Amino acid sequence: MSSSSPSHAGGPGLRARAAVALGSVVATASRTVNLGSGSVIGGRASLMVHPGLLRELTASRDVIIVSATNGKTTTTRLISAALAGDRPVVSNSLGANMEAGIAAALGTAEPAATAVLEVDERWVPGVLRSTQAGTVVLLNLSRDQLDRSQEVRHLAEAWRSCLLETPPTTVVANADDPLVAWAAGVAPTVIWVATGLSWHADAAGCPECSGRITFGPNTWRCTDCGLARPETQVSVDDTAIVIDGTRTAIAMGLPGHINRVNAAFALAAARSVGVGIPTAVEGIESVREVAGRYRVASFNGRSVRLLLAKNPAGWHEALELIAAPPAPVIVAINARIADGHDPSWLWDVEFERLRSRFVVVTGERQHDLAVRLRYAGVDHVVAESIDEAVRVAAGRPEHRAGDTIDIAANYTAFQQYHERMSDYS
Amino acid sequence: MTARESLVRLCVLYPDLLGTYGDGGNATVLAQRLAWRGIGVDLVSVESGESVPDSCDLYLVGGGEDGPQTQAARGLAASGALHRAVDAGAVVFAVCAGMQILGERFPDRHGIDQPGLGLLDCITMRVDRPRAVGELLTYDATVTGSGGEVTSLGTLTGFENHGGRTVPGPSATALGRVEIGEGNGDGSEGVVNGRVLGTYLHGPALARNPLLADALLRWVLQVDTLSELDDTDVEALRQTRIAAARQHELAPRRTWRDRLRGS
Ligand SMILES: [Zn+2]
Repeated sequence: MSSSSPSHAGGPGLRARAAVALGSVVATASRTVNLGSGSVIGGRASLMVHPGLLRELTASRDVIIVSATNGKTTTTRLISAALAGDRPVVSNSLGANMEAGIAAALGTAEPAATAVLEVDERWVPGVLRSTQAGTVVLLNLSRDQLDRSQEVRHLAEAWRSCLLETPPTTVVANADDPLVAWAAGVAPTVIWVATGLSWHADAAGCPECSGRITFGPNTWRCTDCGLARPETQVSVDDTAIVIDGTRTAIAMGLPGHINRVNAAFALAAARSVGVGIPTAVEGIESVREVAGRYRVASFNGRSVRLLLAKNPAGWHEALELIAAPPAPVIVAINARIADGHDPSWLWDVEFERLRSRFVVVTGERQHDLAVRLRYAGVDHVVAESIDEAVRVAAGRPEHRAGDTIDIAANYTAFQQYHERMSDYS
Repeated sequence: MTARESLVRLCVLYPDLLGTYGDGGNATVLAQRLAWRGIGVDLVSVESGESVPDSCDLYLVGGGEDGPQTQAARGLAASGALHRAVDAGAVVFAVCAGMQILGERFPDRHGIDQPGLGLLDCITMRVDRPRAVGELLTYDATVTGSGGEVTSLGTLTGFENHGGRTVPGPSATALGRVEIGEGNGDGSEGVVNGRVLGTYLHGPALARNPLLADALLRWVLQVDTLSELDDTDVEALRQTRIAAARQHELAPRRTWRDRLRGS
């Protein structure tokens, strides 16, 4: 936590406070005219009158940055929970993960609170430079929506050069993702996490030399240059997180291997800022939903659980999480701007894994998904609305009365349903 | 005509370089349409650096980005296997960047012309306009088989995402004429030379256009007809995407200058 900012140890200076005040007025106005939560637009106004605002708002506090293609919101939430028993925490928990949203979240925080910031992949260099974050947590990089994988490599390059330019005290990074490992490898101190995750489709080419990377169990290496999986300090199994050889049992409130991995990143990050392991574990175990993800809710009188997946790597994990066969599941696909207009990535997802289940297909691009499932050999039916989908799934012979029905949805479909659930719960 | 007895060998070329837009789905579609008809299929996937077999019946080349596209063209030129396979009568279905490298030349990421494989009579150049990103629709399309028989493909529907303009040469025919979208850039869409087909249609193309998928399979199997399949889901998808394209739901951005150029 070092900074050349002119602010006092006690908190932001007068200009920063004025900028924050303006942001909050704009945010209120924006909420009043119904433009959404208002935090981002308010933050944008604050940054406009005071571009150094973020630097000043973080000058006197510990900062942890979390970035990734998938899992950054969940991991940010887990780190906040891990720290909460130890100290005040401020986080951009609404998913406003670009500079303006971050400034808005920090504007009203108490000066001593540790900032746990979810940062959009593209904004990592800017936010790292402004906040001089002491801890940077890097989970994964893969293709998202219409992004081209070339852009994923550019992101890795940008991460790498900003870590060289503004080295944080500690980087916690995924050893199993070659792009992340290559980017994080330049930092002075890296805590490497063995994730056991098997999504490699976007990392086939070596980021160092464009050569070929070969993967084995818990190993990868470039066949052309020396780049290889680093030695790891953190790993996870079904019941515990292992750090430097010490097992810590953990009873997760969130489902699946992927969330135990996210918890391992959170525990390592919490430890790096001095939080005791028992306190951190207690906090992590208390998290049962993250902005609607994994939340069990009542919908039209039925119990449902919402899962979010936004891209092939995310779907790869989501298909692990959904209820075991023969339970019927609902899958919903939209293709709005936030989802990407072209859902042909559906063919990069191994939907064949749903073969032993009955799938109710819905969302605005229901027919794209239905064709994908037809060719995957998955028994399915199309439903025009989420209400009809839940009714159909609940009426299936494979559905046991009282069981929770899983709904896996991509971004805007998830948001739509999440709002509906709030009405009904 | 009698159907052949051996397995149909499908080859997906360089999915690690040319696998950006879900075009790997074309292989899934072809393999399933064979399997549903009780025809054995052997699907091989060849990554860059691996040796390309020259004995497959049908080769699939997908879309990708400028850098990997140049790498793929070099690999295939050096191998020579695809040329030998085409000479022996193999069918090739190439999409977007895959089509561009099968032509005589194409621009690399710096805009410099690179030699293509010369399996399609076309050249691709970079044009000064935004990338064509959106629904692509053709009027009813046809292909002509080696025996001169004409096969109707119906309306072709897909999603395009490219920045090039492709000009078919005198020995090539277009796959279709553009109703909505950009296609080759001159009102035509796709390039056909014999049994080598190129198109800008993603979606993937064969998932959205089963008549096209079956036309390729008939060439491979050397049969005039194939048994009917249940394409109910596909028909529903086609209807919604064709309607969306006609309502310009996802129309490529085109300037008046583009229109004045006559495309
Ligand atoms: Zn290498």
